[in-house]
Amino acid sequence: MSDRPLVALFVTCLVDQLAPATGQAACRLLEAAGCDVEFPSAQTCCGQPAFNSGFPGDARRLARHFADVFESCETIVAPSGSCTAMVRAYYPSLFEGPERARFEAIAAKTYELTEFLVDVRSQPDLGARVHRPVSYHASCHLLRELGVRDAPRRLLDTAGVDLVELADAERCCGFGGTFSVMHPEIGVPMADEKLDQAVTAGAGCLVACDTGCLAHLAGRARARGLDLEVTHVADVIAAGLA
Amino acid sequence: MKVSSSDLARHRRAGDPLPPLRARVEATRDDLELRGALGVMAERFNGAREEALAEPGMADLKARGIAIRAHGVTDLRANLQRFEESLRALGVHVHHARTGADAAATIGDIAVAANAHRVVKSKSMATEEIHLNDHLESRGVEVIETDLGEWIVQQERPSHIIAPAVHKTRPQVTKLFSGLAGHELEDRREELCAYAQTRLRDAFLTADLGVSGANFGCADTGTLVLVTNEGNGRLTTSWPRVHVALMPVDKVIAHFDDLATMVPLLVRHATGQKLTSYVTMIHGPRRAGELDGPEELHVVLLDGGRTALLGTQFEEMLRCIRCGACLNVCPVYATIGGHAYGGVYPGPMGAVLTPLLSSGREGSELPGATSLCGACSEVCPVGIPLHDLLVELRAVPGSAERSRRRTVFFALWSRAWAVPAVYRWSTRLANLARRHPRLTRRLPVARAWCDGRALPDPVSATFHAWWRSERSTG
Repeated sequence: MSDRPLVALFVTCLVDQLAPATGQAACRLLEAAGCDVEFPSAQTCCGQPAFNSGFPGDARRLARHFADVFESCETIVAPSGSCTAMVRAYYPSLFEGPERARFEAIAAKTYELTEFLVDVRSQPDLGARVHRPVSYHASCHLLRELGVRDAPRRLLDTAGVDLVELADAERCCGFGGTFSVMHPEIGVPMADEKLDQAVTAGAGCLVACDTGCLAHLAGRARARGLDLEVTHVADVIAAGLA
Repeated sequence: MKVSSSDLARHRRAGDPLPPLRARVEATRDDLELRGALGVMAERFNGAREEALAEPGMADLKARGIAIRAHGVTDLRANLQRFEESLRALGVHVHHARTGADAAATIGDIAVAANAHRVVKSKSMATEEIHLNDHLESRGVEVIETDLGEWIVQQERPSHIIAPAVHKTRPQVTKLFSGLAGHELEDRREELCAYAQTRLRDAFLTADLGVSGANFGCADTGTLVLVTNEGNGRLTTSWPRVHVALMPVDKVIAHFDDLATMVPLLVRHATGQKLTSYVTMIHGPRRAGELDGPEELHVVLLDGGRTALLGTQFEEMLRCIRCGACLNVCPVYATIGGHAYGGVYPGPMGAVLTPLLSSGREGSELPGATSLCGACSEVCPVGIPLHDLLVELRAVPGSAERSRRRTVFFALWSRAWAVPAVYRWSTRLANLARRHPRLTRRLPVARAWCDGRALPDPVSATFHAWWRSERSTG
């Protein structure tokens, strides 16, 4: 029996499908922080697309599935501020009575990856060394629902990354979940604003902690032919692990 | 349908048809001059607000403001009754208007009874809400807006609740004023203001009736409070023989003493000032021996769908003090501007309020047109969880989000993804589809994604598949 804490990875449906390398990077960072990683294979999606589209009943169905899968785990970590916010900030509000208590208990042990490493494990130094300039985009749910402002920056900074601040790191990139496909006429110009800031900052690499925002920004950057790498904080740091 | 930003800026009468949201957004998005003006506005307001809120004691001020407004909502009916008693004791005529049309008709009746030919107005979003100018003009009364921004856009529509002409640049105003003056004016702030002042002074001197809104009404004293920066509010409410204040019922606060919290809280969030140049407090009409003030004072209390929100999950919206901070921080507002919202109230507060106050479908598309970033809720001085209310509005039966197609989609999707094997099978299928982008781009969701963005590349294996092949011990 290992005395290393066991962390259940909730990889999220976006990382699973679009950025599996980010999931692998998350495993490496957690292991570098002295944790063992388990991956409950029955996990699917947190249900946020349904919740934000006005279908709380359908979201509740996936919340219950999430609870069935993760309830017995000691600690749950996700490489996404948005999916973590769904579990922590919104699941309890979807239920009443004893069921709410069940979801409050789950919310209390669910963390976003950088938050877990820096604020819970107090291990901003994972031994990674990355000497490159990077700009950080603060994704909205991580920042405003979870209140995580410094953890990703501390991880990057401790790894030796040269952080080049954006003019407005805390301005929304325009992804917004289903908003990105319902209103591209609004979301795409919002991405342009963010990408223009990244180009002006000149780091050549834009990072964030949410694959939704990153896919939206990367897709737009590619459509514009921008020479800009758009990637997850975990990817950048894992690349610097020995 | 193709529309231009000037089409959107044009004055709308109640019930005028509105182009669809997408056409509205594209019209303003393509207007680079407008987007430049919006950028300047946001930078100026946000910088000033942040500076004003960096001072000590601001968190306490906000906490007190939230408590005052929260009580204002729960005690609304009692406060209103007390307010009305206080007003009557001061000799004020009190009128109740259930709908906007009722309120406009009441003010029209007052104007006709006062034999008013010319009305001056200070800035009031509530009068925009009830389409007061159209109503008064239809009854042969000339209306002159006296707030500089409102005067600039009087033949159009305000695009911001505290800075109505914020979408205009100075050269555009020079052109407008030169047309009114009949000769070329210099493109200089001083000259433009001097011209406006001359014209508006004349209006004050010849008006028979003044119409204002109210920022607050104090239940215990019957005080009407206006915060302004141009002095036009004071002239409007004191010079003409008759003054009518249109006050939505949610503006009532319990105590005069609460103003010590509410006025600085409002002003710091609105313009970043510590205090506006003028804070006007009106206690009834002119009394014997007083040198100025109107002979008659009327207060029209507008419900307009507000009390129907009491006791619902949306009642927190009645706390709103119309500071406009949520517009200034909103990245959607900065992208599309105020006119694209289509209604009277733009930005996050407008996206919540417009559908709530509408008796029909007006504004039902707005809650979906937001990225839910939460910057509005974060800045709100009275703690309204605006982005949560936007989600709740999407969930209201019959909302634009809950179309039949989407209802079926999410019902099937959530059932499918509650089954792990079906989830894994579907994500693999989606990954395979991305290997054929030219075909995939034709599918509905992918087509919308590809409107301006490249599809994500396919991956060699999903994370689930990778874990099973590389890490799984079982």
